Amino acid sequence: MKITEETIKHVATLSRLEFGQAEMGKITEQMDSIINMADQLSEVDTAGVSETVQVVDRDTVFREDKPEHWQDRTELMKNVPEQANGFIKVPVIINKDEDE
Amino acid sequence: MNYLNEDIDSLNQKLAQGTLSADKLAQDTVANIKQTDKKLNAWITVQEDAKVSEELNFSHNKLAGIPIAIKDNIMTDGVKTTAASHILDNYLPVYDATVIERLKKAQATFVGKTNLDEFAMGSSTEHSYFGVTHNPWNLDKVPGGSSGGSAVAVASGQVVAALGSDTGGSIRQPAAFNGIFGIKPTYGRVSRWGLIAFASSLDQIGVMSKRAKTSAQVLNVIAGSDDHDSTLSTRDVPDFTQFIGQDIKGLRVGVPKEYLSDAVDAGIRTVVEEQIAALEAAGAIINEVSLPLTKYVVPDYYIIASSEASSNLQRYDGIRYGYRADDTKNLLDVYVKSRSEGFGEEVKRRIMLGSFALSAGSYDRFFRQAAKVRTLICQEFDDIFAQNDVVVGPTTTTPAFDIGSEISDPIKMYNNDILTISANLAGIPAASVPAGLVDGMPIGLQIMANRFDEGSIFKTADFIERTNKFYEKKPAGMED
Repeated sequence: MKITEETIKHVATLSRLEFGQAEMGKITEQMDSIINMADQLSEVDTAGVSETVQVVDRDTVFREDKPEHWQDRTELMKNVPEQANGFIKVPVIINKDEDE
Repeated sequence: MNYLNEDIDSLNQKLAQGTLSADKLAQDTVANIKQTDKKLNAWITVQEDAKVSEELNFSHNKLAGIPIAIKDNIMTDGVKTTAASHILDNYLPVYDATVIERLKKAQATFVGKTNLDEFAMGSSTEHSYFGVTHNPWNLDKVPGGSSGGSAVAVASGQVVAALGSDTGGSIRQPAAFNGIFGIKPTYGRVSRWGLIAFASSLDQIGVMSKRAKTSAQVLNVIAGSDDHDSTLSTRDVPDFTQFIGQDIKGLRVGVPKEYLSDAVDAGIRTVVEEQIAALEAAGAIINEVSLPLTKYVVPDYYIIASSEASSNLQRYDGIRYGYRADDTKNLLDVYVKSRSEGFGEEVKRRIMLGSFALSAGSYDRFFRQAAKVRTLICQEFDDIFAQNDVVVGPTTTTPAFDIGSEISDPIKMYNNDILTISANLAGIPAASVPAGLVDGMPIGLQIMANRFDEGSIFKTADFIERTNKFYEKKPAGMED
């Protein structure tokens, strides 16, 4: 299958990544060869084979749904890039001007 | 302090007798790292103030006062943990990974964090925001990856043991390239709590050291169930050191013919065949076996690992921690710019591949098919371990390659892992033990065993060590 720049632009949007014009050619070419290498898997007959999602000999593990104290909020806030009054600061989500 | 001639037992004895103090050991270790690392670049963070304050109990704790290196994708409370990425280059964890908690309880000493390929994605430690690590056997060669820094720290004598992580061979391939022992335990043997996630169904923390016994001693401390990680097995953990020194008479050894094909360097084939002959001479039963799906493990791995990575790495959005880009217009712009500027090229390639494999229209053809092929790969190993105790072959197809020689060709780089990936897909334990030298560079013998049978690996590796005595060889690149 041929991977086009259109496909790469779509996947970049899904991935929350952007590539400049110069990078776009390179990533399209590399993804084309990687995906074609990966497509060799189509040769394997998997009719009637179930999928493996994990290999450990355990069933789904449940625990009681009760909150536990793990870390102080102030400790966790130390790595926040921008904050104000103890809250995480982000750019405007709804822009009034754009809505009008 | 240089550890080329030391192991945990010899250090423990000196510490217990008082001929060496743990504080002095820590200080001398840091001084040696600072000196030797100028040409190796094996470390991202060196804890210059590393000291031992608690009351050490040398008779109960073999690891008391022993400096251990930690790959910089394992959380250490209050010590910078970067995953070798710009996106986390200032990240200060507020908790310890379970393995760190357990090493602290065993009173080990922490001297810093070692270099790796960004987010553990790579086979050369060239994909690090903090620069390339150099192989101590030849400074122009790569150390392998992604645990390249940990491997070099051990091989150059900077520490006696190091923790690494292995998603597709990231402990075994650098162990082979640097002439040391490295083990990836069974998936579910060691807690992944606090390991920065790459591919959750494949990642496993393991140990690297000059001798197999040293790794057994460290694995004894870090293995075992943990409420923080529900994928862990609840089975009992044996004392892994009991397998050291055991007789290998009657050991059933499978040798896959695909692992000694023409795709493997002729020099490596010769050395590996010599090691297999030594096993046979000591009474092991050698059986030729076949793993025909080996030719599909690279594509299978890259689909599964990249899909899980694209999901795990969505958390880096510039909001709660990590790098946040400037000059952003809105929230989506923060995500896109922070990720595009913060992640390196290889990480972005894998996120893209994973998002593609999971996207509508591609899921069945790529991800679902890869998960089914994985089932067949597991079955191949189940069949072989019904008749064999271990499977042996080379760890890598070539010795360490030149720095810069493969970095621009992702597919060539991905094919480096063809012999190590299967163990991660099947969840089985696997190790690399030094086998000999090819063109002056170390190469490794890979030993795999059935799930939760690390014991057979330690037994086989210890025999190989005692036979070829590779541990007596010193890396040539360290001479001035």
